[in-house]
Amino acid sequence: MTSATERGLAPVRVLLDNDAVVIAKQSQTTPAVTIHAACAAGTVFDPPELPGVAHFVSRTIDRGTLTRPAGAIAEELDGRGVSLTVTVNRHALSLVCTCLVEDLQAILALVADIVMHPAFPPDEVDTRRGEIVTLIRQDEDNPAVMASEGLLADLYGSTHGYGRRPRGTVTSVGAIDRAALERFHVERFAPASLSLVMVGDVEPDAAIAAAAAAWSLWRAPRPSVPRLDAVSSSPVRRLRVIPMMNKAQVDIAYGFTSIRRADPAYYAYWLMNNILGQYSLGGRLGDSIRERQGMAYYVFSALDANVIPGPLTIRAGVSPAHVEPAIASIDEELARLAADGPTDAEMAESTQYLVGSMPRNLETNTGIASFLQTVEFFGLGLDYDLRVPALLRGVSRDEVHEAARRTLVPSGATVVVAGPYAGHPA
Amino acid sequence: MATLERSTMAAASVTEDILDNGLRVLIQEMHTAPLASVWCWYRVGSKDEPTGRTGVSHWVEHMNFKGTTNIPRDKVKGIIEQFGGYWNGYTWIDQTTYTETATRDALDRMLFIESERMANCLYDPADCESERTVIISELQGGENDPDTLLDQELTAIAFKAHPYRHPTIGWLSDLQTMTREDLYAHYRRFYVPNNATLVIVGDVDTTEVMRGVVRHFGRIASGDVGRRPQTREPEQAGERRVTLSREGTTAYLKLGYHAPAVGDSDFFPMLVLDAVLTGAKGVNLWASFRTPPPQRSARLYRALVDTGLASSVSGGLVPTAEPFLYTMSCTATSGTPLAKLEEAALAELDLVRRQGITALERDKAVHQLHARLVFENDSVTNIAHQLGYFETVASWQLVSTLRERIESVTLDQVGAAAAARLAALNRSVGWFEPLPAGAGVDARTGRGAGREPVSS
Repeated sequence: MTSATERGLAPVRVLLDNDAVVIAKQSQTTPAVTIHAACAAGTVFDPPELPGVAHFVSRTIDRGTLTRPAGAIAEELDGRGVSLTVTVNRHALSLVCTCLVEDLQAILALVADIVMHPAFPPDEVDTRRGEIVTLIRQDEDNPAVMASEGLLADLYGSTHGYGRRPRGTVTSVGAIDRAALERFHVERFAPASLSLVMVGDVEPDAAIAAAAAAWSLWRAPRPSVPRLDAVSSSPVRRLRVIPMMNKAQVDIAYGFTSIRRADPAYYAYWLMNNILGQYSLGGRLGDSIRERQGMAYYVFSALDANVIPGPLTIRAGVSPAHVEPAIASIDEELARLAADGPTDAEMAESTQYLVGSMPRNLETNTGIASFLQTVEFFGLGLDYDLRVPALLRGVSRDEVHEAARRTLVPSGATVVVAGPYAGHPA
Repeated sequence: MATLERSTMAAASVTEDILDNGLRVLIQEMHTAPLASVWCWYRVGSKDEPTGRTGVSHWVEHMNFKGTTNIPRDKVKGIIEQFGGYWNGYTWIDQTTYTETATRDALDRMLFIESERMANCLYDPADCESERTVIISELQGGENDPDTLLDQELTAIAFKAHPYRHPTIGWLSDLQTMTREDLYAHYRRFYVPNNATLVIVGDVDTTEVMRGVVRHFGRIASGDVGRRPQTREPEQAGERRVTLSREGTTAYLKLGYHAPAVGDSDFFPMLVLDAVLTGAKGVNLWASFRTPPPQRSARLYRALVDTGLASSVSGGLVPTAEPFLYTMSCTATSGTPLAKLEEAALAELDLVRRQGITALERDKAVHQLHARLVFENDSVTNIAHQLGYFETVASWQLVSTLRERIESVTLDQVGAAAAARLAALNRSVGWFEPLPAGAGVDARTGRGAGREPVSS
């Protein structure tokens, strides 16, 4: 007899006749089911002349369908205690919610209707436009957002799918009309671009049957996949300061382009990032900048290996007086890791941590659903959760050292500083 | 070291023990994943802090991650991580708490860490100094957010006597002047077993866990935490207002009403009322904020967001040991005057004061709250949090009665709570008025061309 850990998640995956992917996993922690529907309709698909369309769709897609007015959708969700969250990232627009088991069929049917038949009612479009403009204005008053978005714009260029502001600008949002939303929906939403994951207290066969009933009649042509150019790392160091003198703290965003998710070196990068800015309270960066020097409440690094080489970002929030020493410390830690590589102890600790954290990350329905969407998006295989330990343990110290040497080059770093700071660090 | 008291609540499957030294232990077996979660709770928060030492509880929390007599500072990292574990802590008005969640084989190490944290933290003077700037950085990071600033100012005017008026992170001048001795004295006074609750939930065996608890905690001496502030907030006699005028892009409105404590008779009616007004959030401070409430048919959402006056609205009613605040927070859409937004919000609140809610609304709110109770108990971490949280502000046994208490709320009770609590004289109003670039005050000095940063 094998244990649950040895068996792994073992989800059930089917391809419906219309090419929609449905994945189901039973979990009996609570009498609830998480539904996670992802469509390949992220911000990289925004028309170049109209940035912000994908985000605008995410704010309006659930505000009325051809047969359900917005108020009816609101009552149907609220009456069941369901909060439907619609989010958009670079590549996917996702609808996520958790419902009680007895509400699964009804909520699946509702989510299907929202994805297949949004009406984009004009009054809703106008109201949500006002909300989006407010969100953009809030972003412009937020040093953390200004630094992060500024870094991506500088790394990829402000018109590239990875570099432009995901919500667009006040001007572009003003120009997005109902026709633009409908056009985006027609072009990007189709069964072949959908992956639907359900995790909860329901037999996989029953969940898949319910999904098939809701989605199998959907017909739409397979969307085209536009070209997305990779961007090389900068050969020179770049620094940009965004003065926001009304603020109390400065946000630093420091980064590089890294690798594709499909790159064989991904697992070496994963470990390298954990050692650099994740392990315990921020890895080597946290140990230096927060623990030893007391300069920041938060400092960490994040790796976003993606369809094309995504960013490796280092973030820190510091007082104006600590901007220059914090950037110097980041430079120093990167140079040290690139020069010497990780220690054997760091390799062992980070590997053990990442392998050991799998059960915790896969404890909740929402955690499992998110993991399975990632598995589907990158084509990692249904047994991926079982293979991760060996993939990580197979990484050598030299491979992590090589990853650090290739990417962590302070002389080629791009740095954006936003907040009450107008100086010019070296 | 024998247990003085033992009671098992079959319905909730929670075992309660109290050690000779006063440490209360709550254990719940849950075998859905190979994990265990440990939370150690202390009845000390910002309400226990005197003027001049505001923020001391939170700073002490930070210091308690910096090594102990038996865990060298550089070995703190890795003890839980080697089991793939997560650890953290937080401080709020009534409580300070620490948590670890990891695979079940880490249980002994989790208990060891918490016992060390209770008795043997070092408070190295250099570490205290280094952490001062970290905490000031945390404070300044919060001040970057106008909504956080406004919340702090609103709370400060809503309470004129009760220590709930102080921000948990503390006032800047206290953070700049507090000494290592202040920190250590606070630690020694409140970190005693008779002021703590230890919660263990997960894939564990209760008998085995108790043996470990006694081994790690049984020898720690109890202590006298002394007299705590007994201040009760005088009844508010009239509306209070605060306006922050600073450089920014967005206007915010916040309304605060004195609310019931979790043990007061109208707490659950207010919870239902809040669900009707802004959607049900649930009662898990650790988990509830991760998922937005179902609120699109809620009264204030329809009145403020669907009409385009606000881009967001949220309500906040949290179980607390003593009466705190019920807050409603709105972000004005670009171009909407705050006066207009406030007028619309108050009109809606006035309506519910006069007419109460409908039976349909009550039923929907109750169903929403039930669903949230299910959703927020989806992990050993969340379940353990709830047991410790409620034990710290009232009693852990409240957790198993939440559903019943919510279900028994009547229309009349909600109507009475709305009429009493949402009265104008019980209200504080906060505005954040954005000033155009260049017209505001310098956030660090408070000086500039604009009005004073805070006026009331």
